[in-house]
Amino acid sequence: MYDKTIAEQSRALASGEISSVELTQSYLDRIKQYDGDINSFITVTEELALKQAKAADALRTAGNANAMTGIPVAHKDLFCTEGVKTSCGSKMLDNFIAPYESTVTGKFKDAGAVMLGKTNMDEFAMGSSNENSHYGPVKNPWDKSAIPGGSSGGSAAAVSALLAAGATGTDTGGSIRQPASHCGITGLKPTYGRVSRYGMVAYASSLDQAGPMTRSAEDAAIMLNTMAGFDTRDSTCLNHEVPDYTASLNDSLEGLTIGLPKEYFTAGLDSEVEQQIRNAIAEYEKLGAKVKEVSLPNAELCIPAYYVIAPAEASSNLSRFDGVRFGYRCEDPKDLMDLYIRSRSEGFGEEVKRRIIVGTYALSAGYYDAYYRKAQQIRRLIRDDFLNAFKECDVIMGPNAPTSAFDLGSMSNDPVAMYLSDIYTLSVNLAGLPGLSVPAGMANNRPVGLQIIGQHFDEARLLNIGHCFQQATDWHQKSPALV
Amino acid sequence: MAIDASGIKKVAHLARLSIDDNAVEATTATIGSILELVDRMQAVDTQGVEPLAHPLDAIQRLRPDIVTEENQREQLQSCAPAVEEGLFLVPRVIE
Repeated sequence: MYDKTIAEQSRALASGEISSVELTQSYLDRIKQYDGDINSFITVTEELALKQAKAADALRTAGNANAMTGIPVAHKDLFCTEGVKTSCGSKMLDNFIAPYESTVTGKFKDAGAVMLGKTNMDEFAMGSSNENSHYGPVKNPWDKSAIPGGSSGGSAAAVSALLAAGATGTDTGGSIRQPASHCGITGLKPTYGRVSRYGMVAYASSLDQAGPMTRSAEDAAIMLNTMAGFDTRDSTCLNHEVPDYTASLNDSLEGLTIGLPKEYFTAGLDSEVEQQIRNAIAEYEKLGAKVKEVSLPNAELCIPAYYVIAPAEASSNLSRFDGVRFGYRCEDPKDLMDLYIRSRSEGFGEEVKRRIIVGTYALSAGYYDAYYRKAQQIRRLIRDDFLNAFKECDVIMGPNAPTSAFDLGSMSNDPVAMYLSDIYTLSVNLAGLPGLSVPAGMANNRPVGLQIIGQHFDEARLLNIGHCFQQATDWHQKSPALV
Repeated sequence: MAIDASGIKKVAHLARLSIDDNAVEATTATIGSILELVDRMQAVDTQGVEPLAHPLDAIQRLRPDIVTEENQREQLQSCAPAVEEGLFLVPRVIE
């Protein structure tokens, strides 16, 4: 049953074919068997999971079940989970037992979902390869010499290796879509403000957004039904009606206009990846969609704009880690300044420190206008490019990344090269748009995802478009052979 | 805008970070290459473009000015490195 989708498992639970305790145990067994090597979990909450599974079975017997009741999921280790270690992939929070629950994980708890554990990630969600984790890199289940993508690399690898039925992730610059693409799973980054950020350890507050990582668009719709909604505890959460995301999955794609940005299909794109993307788009034409070239003239500027805005916001957000109130504290501080400096210098990893320094520089007196303000002006140009393109098309399609997953260690000493690989995902966060990645083939023997970008609050349409593709193709049903 | 080793050390100190002496050169080079990357923005004419802080142009919500938080001091301090009688302990600041 662990190889079935959430939708299928939900039906099996409802018919009594399997209990949540049995289903949960099958995942816990697989985690024990396979995760030592893949390293997708930082914490496995075995005892709690079985307790929640038992409660879910009771809830079902009492007739109070919904689609997520009894489904075993994993949460990215940046959602605060009360009483459970929430490390954010950092030595800084290695000792942090969250004293409260995030809205997202709380909603899954309330729905009766089972938490298998907390997944590995790039430290503070900063990275595109999951190599920046205090707990070691995650390996791509399809090819263990490859990165799984990042920053939600643990969630992507766990779902891909069938170690969880679904997982939560967060996406600040591609951190759901790119690892979903590299691990051959489905990942949705919702519209900024669609899902509450309360209890998510903050990286870049104007960009961070949580979303589901699953084995099908239908499963993503089921998980999003639980996750989405207004929350007074997140001041940027938007009060916008939440539809039933599963209701429109089978709507016809007849007459859909797909925009292909000419700036996305250039020399920088690996030819095998491009071929898979073109094949997927041809599939959509068979389903009744029309294809049109569009232009996003400022597309390339997303890299400099993002790598100012995100580090600037991070430098401010991460100033809370001071060795005083929670998190890591250095040994024997000689005075208060020593306590601050050594706690932070010893507690943060290299990439986090790098981004804090860049962000501090960009916000420092005399540089604010040239960096942060300039980046925010470019952010408007990038968003307006999308709004203009959407006058001519319903959705935009393209790759998630220029290549399929690269080799572990191949870029870890070259941050700028790694930043450049984020070219197709960053602009979606800057514009606050929803983006979906669906498995669309293999390039160089590693999975490739198709990115589908929608207009604000168009998650239901994206999931419908993803689902129809998955009714016509079977890329999403493929799983890596584990040894 | 290029930055030198002393500039990097100054910015690091503003962020309450230290850089080992033997890592200053490498850090300066890496940060320099990142700043070179982001400096591509400077070539763009943004005269008259309003900065965008929120992609949907939302503004901060207000709520009635009433107390909504309960006192959870003990629970929230349970993960602090050092506390005494409800206070966070730090090295002596005033001699």
